[in-house]
Amino acid sequence: MNLTLKVWRQKNTADQGGFKEYKISGISEDMSFLEMLDVLNEDLSTKGEDPVHFDHDCREGICGMCSLYIDGKPHGPQQTTTCQLHMRSFSDGDVITIEPWRAKAFPVLKDLVVNRSAFDRIIQAGGYVSVNTGGVPDANEIPIPKSIADLAMDAAQCIGCGACVAACKNASAMLFTSAKISQLALLPQGQVERKIRAEKMVAQMDAEGFGACTNTGACEAECPKGISITNIARMNREYFSAVVSSDSV
Amino acid sequence: MSWVSKTLSSTLGQKLLMALTGLFLILFLVVHLAGNLQLLIPDGGEAFNKYAATMAGNPFIKVVSIGNFAFILLHVVYAILLSRHNKKSRPVQYAKVKGSTNSTWSSRNMGILGTILLIFILVHLRGFYYEVKFGTLPTAVYDGVEFKDVFAIVSASYSNIIYVAFYVLSMGFLAFHLSHGFASAFQTLGLNHVKYSPLIRKVGLIFSILIPALFALIPLVMFFQN
Amino acid sequence: MILDSKIPEGPLAEKWTNHKFNVKLVNPANKRKYDVIVVGTGLAGASAAASLAELGYNVKAFCFQDSPRRAHSIAAQGGINAAKNYQNDGDSVYRLFYDTIKGGDYRAREGNVYRLAQVSVNIIDQCVAQGVPFAREYGGLLANRSFGGAQVSRTFYAKGQTGQQLLLGAYSALSRQVANGKVKLYPRTEMMDVVTVDGKARGIVTRNLVTGAIESHSAHAVLLCTGGYGNVFFLSTNAMGSNVTAAWRAHKKGAYFANPSFTQIHPTCIPVSGDHQSKLTLMSESLRNDGRVWVPATKEISEKLRKGQIKVNDIKEEDRDYFLERKYPSFGNLVPRDVASRNAKYVCDEGRGVNETGEAVFLDFRDAIKRDGEDTIKAKYGNLFDMYQQITGDNPYQVPMMIYPAVHYTMGGLWVDYNLMTTIPGLYALGEANFSDHGANRLGASALMQGLADGYFVIPYTIGDYLAQNSNERISPDHPEFKKAEVEVSERIEKLLSIKGEKTVDFFHKKLGKIMWDYCGMARSEEGLTKAKAMIKELKKEFWSNVNVLGGNEELNQSLEKANRVADFLELGELMVDDALSRNESCGGHFREEYQTPEGEALRDDENFAFVSAWKFLGEGQEEELNKEPLEFENVKLTQRSYK
Repeated sequence: MNLTLKVWRQKNTADQGGFKEYKISGISEDMSFLEMLDVLNEDLSTKGEDPVHFDHDCREGICGMCSLYIDGKPHGPQQTTTCQLHMRSFSDGDVITIEPWRAKAFPVLKDLVVNRSAFDRIIQAGGYVSVNTGGVPDANEIPIPKSIADLAMDAAQCIGCGACVAACKNASAMLFTSAKISQLALLPQGQVERKIRAEKMVAQMDAEGFGACTNTGACEAECPKGISITNIARMNREYFSAVVSSDSV
Repeated sequence: MSWVSKTLSSTLGQKLLMALTGLFLILFLVVHLAGNLQLLIPDGGEAFNKYAATMAGNPFIKVVSIGNFAFILLHVVYAILLSRHNKKSRPVQYAKVKGSTNSTWSSRNMGILGTILLIFILVHLRGFYYEVKFGTLPTAVYDGVEFKDVFAIVSASYSNIIYVAFYVLSMGFLAFHLSHGFASAFQTLGLNHVKYSPLIRKVGLIFSILIPALFALIPLVMFFQN
Repeated sequence: MILDSKIPEGPLAEKWTNHKFNVKLVNPANKRKYDVIVVGTGLAGASAAASLAELGYNVKAFCFQDSPRRAHSIAAQGGINAAKNYQNDGDSVYRLFYDTIKGGDYRAREGNVYRLAQVSVNIIDQCVAQGVPFAREYGGLLANRSFGGAQVSRTFYAKGQTGQQLLLGAYSALSRQVANGKVKLYPRTEMMDVVTVDGKARGIVTRNLVTGAIESHSAHAVLLCTGGYGNVFFLSTNAMGSNVTAAWRAHKKGAYFANPSFTQIHPTCIPVSGDHQSKLTLMSESLRNDGRVWVPATKEISEKLRKGQIKVNDIKEEDRDYFLERKYPSFGNLVPRDVASRNAKYVCDEGRGVNETGEAVFLDFRDAIKRDGEDTIKAKYGNLFDMYQQITGDNPYQVPMMIYPAVHYTMGGLWVDYNLMTTIPGLYALGEANFSDHGANRLGASALMQGLADGYFVIPYTIGDYLAQNSNERISPDHPEFKKAEVEVSERIEKLLSIKGEKTVDFFHKKLGKIMWDYCGMARSEEGLTKAKAMIKELKKEFWSNVNVLGGNEELNQSLEKANRVADFLELGELMVDDALSRNESCGGHFREEYQTPEGEALRDDENFAFVSAWKFLGEGQEEELNKEPLEFENVKLTQRSYK
């Protein structure tokens, strides 16, 4: 396969950045998208040009480190992570546009690498059960209906890649935030801090500068783990019932 | 900041106001349509003019109508606030976006649709509400009682093809606005359930087609009757 | 130096309890006067950082990824073992201990392994309390499955994403302590060196991966929770960033490196498809419960198949060699990982391998689908089949899967005593970074157990013992030792940037990986290892004279990051070869061709090799010194494994 890549190059956060075009040939359809970029980078390095920087780590679709807005869609044309996207999804002669995630809360660090620590801060605001190590009850002390455990697991599968933010026309982080709020709101272990958690996590999400939700459903459609927007509805419920009934004024 | 203002200034709180005012306006559409359909009763406007008079004289309706204006205003103000916030959330836009592969056109363009509808509402209010309230109207007499002949100015307006076209087109935009807004309001309120959400979506779809279609039918029928 | 494992006295079952009573404690009011550095935020690192912060210590946590949640523990699929005996099927702490010792081919310490089995039950309680959504039965209680050929169902799981859920649990506990101000987080920061003052670990030097700033951090103790070094093979199931740098720099500062050649090769990975391959993807071992492993009976058929002259489904039943079932009638396709891997290698070496590369064997579900129906198979393995199809483009419901072994886990690591302390006082190693619990082979679903055991339930006790005996006086990061280390780190980076050779970093990494895989992989021989040693030396020389590292230090520079790591892999590779060469026996993941039974099975030599090899770094360019920690077995009887 021969391809033309239009890649966003930006030296650092302060740099303005712009697209650069690269021709690349001899791409096998068995390559993953990132392996295709590896080939490009080997080419560039050999020529003495700075390779294209992009985030990646596990390359098996679970760490959530890879990103890339490929041809108008986060993680490219398939509903999977970029590392699991393979070149058989493209055809010879294609022109592929590669951009970083775009959001105020995700500043570009270099080329296609963005800073997603806003997600960490949202979790730090309350995405946990406050139990210290040791002194907890036996794991089977509280039975949890299988259907509830399964729902919690569906929400907990979020890999924190940020595709939801990237896909959303408002750069909203509601799917990410709601997945964690949902998981813990569903489980008995999360009940104690249920209200304060919803209030604090939503406040942090706003403070980071993410947009609001227009319920377009783009996040769900692009989420590589298929996290459902029913979680956003649950977060809304949790938040509204928390603000009217909690003790925090 | 008190907890109320804090909540209402959060993105979720603002969304809540959008949803609640939106749902109220949806209800208003039903009432408004029920009244307007009386324009089609072939009695030379008697039923409609009587209805208009009842509405104008009822203090409860007066309160509701003020509320209605307030809700439209709130809906617009919060739409502007949220849109501005959302715009700021992505300062650098993508060069290439394939939104159509993950969401509907209307869901991505509620702001544009809303703006068109706002223009429609302003024209609509100038044409009818203002005329009825502050203009000089012909009168009609039924059973010895004098009524403002609202029907006459409606009928006159709907004999103008440009006016009719504008109305019908606007109802098309309303249909798109509702096709997303109806179900979206429930989602924002947190009312998403595996059993009821499909129903809400279906009702929303039917509503978004039926109500604007009936609204559009009125000027069309009156135009051709003339 | 005599290696003192510090295994407590007393009967096996009471060692840990006694030890916990005997260790010194730090007064609650004094804990805030101690600082602890934790490098790595995987299961071991995140759980340790959170637990120590909860106790009151000031913790600084470092990771090279953009968030602690990305550590490679997240990729573990299968599950986590715990001796809960919820299934009433005869499990016990002792049985888990026994299985782990035996599975490790008797090359692990009894005391450590018993403690691991003991605390395994607490881990499950802890994770459930954190909101980890483990799989459950309809009655609401926790579900278990049998894993990796175990005779009891003791594995807890969360879909095929157990590692993810456990890590996110530990990450949430860590996040809570960040919010409390007890943990300061340093993401995108790589540890470059350990700093010792008066022989004790007192801090680290790091490089900020975004700005390139070289910085010093001082503390009273340093914990390395930096995972394994499987990436020395270039192709492995590890994440791209997984590296040995932290452990290796500690090794060069005086920490002994134990059993470096003990590597686990996982039999069910998706095979290499070409030179572009950057990593290998593991598929759960559970596939072998229903899939049948085979290759064509003759070389000729394989060749035709590879050339595309025939189709796999046209190969007749009598031309299929179900080699595991043939050789191991009683265990069949469920033989342990090392046996399955080695036999796949043998048939491929005979030229009977499949795939274009000839380095793959079939894992066929045809008979299972015929027997149970496609729906049943889909319900069991649907997500794995989808993953396979996503990567290879083949539909495993219609054509057999192809699999090949890949490097998966490294049992070796920094030598630690019972307290998890390395040979440098105040420097600890936890999780895969240490060598302690898995011997020569790790059982399935035991890596998660060990990482969390070390972090949640071992280090919080043992670190207190050390800190209580050391003054809480803080040391300035401007101390000459730190400055010296900073200069060394900067000089090394300068050196890498100034070579400006002709070959990329990946070129060297791939070449090293190939040497390691060919000569220090599934089967090793004295001849091959000797050859490999010379080749690695040569490669290392070429690296330092002909590598091309682009860009500068003061920026986000992924070539430089890689170069730093590969430079350390080159040195580690040589030590792995030394270790494999010195161990004249076969055990677990270490298979020396000269030492096998007449049937081709691993032949242990308990008389001469029942010890831990702990290597001491003596200086650049010098051969390392081998120290032996004898392994004493008081509770289990050493037997030869047999799966016939």
